[in-house]
Amino acid sequence: MWGRIRALIVKEFLAVWKDKKSRTVIIVPPLIQLLVFGYAATFDVHHVATAIYNEDSGLASRQLIARFAGSPSFDVVSHLSREADIRKVIDPKQASLVIHIGPTFSRDLIAHHPAKVQFIVDGRESNTALIILGYAQRIVAAFNNEWLKDHSQPLPPAQLVVRSWFNPNLESQWFIVPGIVALLTLVVTTVVTALSVAREREVGTFEQLLVTPFRPFEIMIGKSVPAMIIGFIEGTIIIAVGVFWFGVPLRGNLALLYAGLFLYILAVIGVGLMISSISRTQQQAILGTFLFIVPAVILSGFATPIANMPQSIQYLTLANPMRYFLIIVRGIFLEGLPAHLVYGLLWPMAVIAVVTLSSASWLFRRRLG
Amino acid sequence: MSRRLGGASWVRLWGLIYKEGLQILRDPSSISIAFVLPIVLLILFGYGVSLDTDHVPVAVVIQNPTTDTASFMASLQDSRYFSVTRLQDRRTAQHELLAGTVNAVVVLKSDFSRRLWSSTGAPIQVIVNGTDANTARIISGYLDGAWQNWLNQRALEEGRTLTPPVAAEQRVWFNAEVRSRNFLVPGLIAIIMTLIGALLTAMVVAREWERGTMEALLVSPVRIGEILLGKLIPYFLLGMGGMAIATFMAVFLFDIPFRGSFVVLTAVSALFMLTALGMGLLISTVARTQFVAGQIAIIVAFLPAFILSGFVFDISSMPLVIRVLTHIVPARYFVSSLQTLFLAGDIWPIILVNSGALVLMATIFLGLTLRKTHKSLE
Repeated sequence: MWGRIRALIVKEFLAVWKDKKSRTVIIVPPLIQLLVFGYAATFDVHHVATAIYNEDSGLASRQLIARFAGSPSFDVVSHLSREADIRKVIDPKQASLVIHIGPTFSRDLIAHHPAKVQFIVDGRESNTALIILGYAQRIVAAFNNEWLKDHSQPLPPAQLVVRSWFNPNLESQWFIVPGIVALLTLVVTTVVTALSVAREREVGTFEQLLVTPFRPFEIMIGKSVPAMIIGFIEGTIIIAVGVFWFGVPLRGNLALLYAGLFLYILAVIGVGLMISSISRTQQQAILGTFLFIVPAVILSGFATPIANMPQSIQYLTLANPMRYFLIIVRGIFLEGLPAHLVYGLLWPMAVIAVVTLSSASWLFRRRLG
Repeated sequence: MSRRLGGASWVRLWGLIYKEGLQILRDPSSISIAFVLPIVLLILFGYGVSLDTDHVPVAVVIQNPTTDTASFMASLQDSRYFSVTRLQDRRTAQHELLAGTVNAVVVLKSDFSRRLWSSTGAPIQVIVNGTDANTARIISGYLDGAWQNWLNQRALEEGRTLTPPVAAEQRVWFNAEVRSRNFLVPGLIAIIMTLIGALLTAMVVAREWERGTMEALLVSPVRIGEILLGKLIPYFLLGMGGMAIATFMAVFLFDIPFRGSFVVLTAVSALFMLTALGMGLLISTVARTQFVAGQIAIIVAFLPAFILSGFVFDISSMPLVIRVLTHIVPARYFVSSLQTLFLAGDIWPIILVNSGALVLMATIFLGLTLRKTHKSLE
């Protein structure tokens, strides 16, 4: 029996490998995606195009502006002279931030009235807007502290001292790149398994496979093993690129990471085979793949945190294998996640794998029967 | 065979459109891509994707409880941004941070109250889990706010008002509540139309090549232009239908403001739809098999529309090379127009530039498809 299965595995590999186009499709795009997305998928904000509308002629306003001009987060792109110009730079996105300083700024500051500065932000990209406002506030706070010190006034009685663990410079890349391990493994494994049966069914070779002595169970193994191996190789390449190219620290136990990867791929293969056995054409298989991948990625915490979702959707994410693997891969990369915490994430994936694989084999036998 | 489109027969064209329409209606998966998928995606994104963080789990460790620490604790608990748990010691708190049950740990040391009165002031130590850098930044912004509130309140209790030398005032234009949904949902329309225009079309036409029915069509008296138009028109209508559903849901279900005009939205969408269809047709002509066409469509159309279009990730924050690369992503121009049309209004400088780019790309894609299809005849 094992000899038969081995022959089938070899045949499945050849089916993917022999066709030059599908071979390229499995190797090249994931690497391009990794590089492009590794750089593009960022929530960090640098070089905010900033316009200044300063009605004040005093020194203090110029000092405040100098702090913005000197910060790597802001690029001063224009100086405005009329209130109406604010709209003219924000509307066509020439500037994302306008700093408006009123005519009494320096006077108020010296008279110990609160000197007002207005930040006008383009809210079309809400996340960027929030971060810009955060940066601007921090610059104002630093300006205030120094002003108080210089004028020997009391500082606030308590200061916040914020440190961030695991990612001291808060680089989005450290968060996104390990996530791409989960993302691309998911995409490649699902596509390979989901299309495998549909392609044979469309070309008509599936009937031929059925008249061979193979049992459905064996056909399933024959379809799973190549996907598992391809998934493992892709995963390993991305992990290596993450560490050696992007310089993301890998602080935890690699064996635990691979244990996670194994169960994750297993769970995904189950889904891929389910899609494969219910779709009659490749188009349906692609659609099925989509209907699985898109929600799985969105409801995994890949780009936006699960904690921000409504409660009912948060429950839904519990059935998503990617959710657990993302925590594992990020935890092992950045946090050096200890074994007992990893185990707590492994068993849900194992449960999901058992469910998806047994449903797939049930569907398989039903479709064959 | 004449290449002129001028000699097109409307009867033949209608026949082709009719045939394509039947094919769409008969295959449940086409209908689902056009109508079910937009609804599913909108619901998923509208409810599932949010960058608005609140109720952040925060652990507070108070080493020596006093009235000062109690008032600081209260100011954290009053904020809707936090859900606060009090923990006994630092070690447990750090363990919770690693386990992911809390996102930040606030430590008030045993000498907190004493140092409040000293000249240097008392430090409030905060440890944020930086793994998710964006959330970490937002949380530390919220903590900043809570700390400011606490300082103000203390000052009020002591009978003075705390006047910072410079007081910042914020105005967020177009999206006053800074709801992330307001910018995500309009961009989603671009994703949906990319799916219909590029992915679905690429698959359908690749299937014809794969089965040989395309060759059969090519040797029939039907002209190339007619074949392409026969493919374009039904999927164009399908895509515009998807757009209409998505816009309707955005405005009425998700309360996204729509400040532009529907005429401009329709025109801009039609342009993008032509570009996406051009991509889909070109992909199918190059790939010839459904497997490869599907893969290429996902990689060159869907994923860039997702990541390189400014839909979620702000293009201006990307490295220069990537920023240059985004200029060849059609969705980029459409997403920008959509966000502006929904949130800001008909701002012509943005819409005209974006539309110009789309016209150019549609022409290139459709022109290339026409040429490629000709060549393959020989």
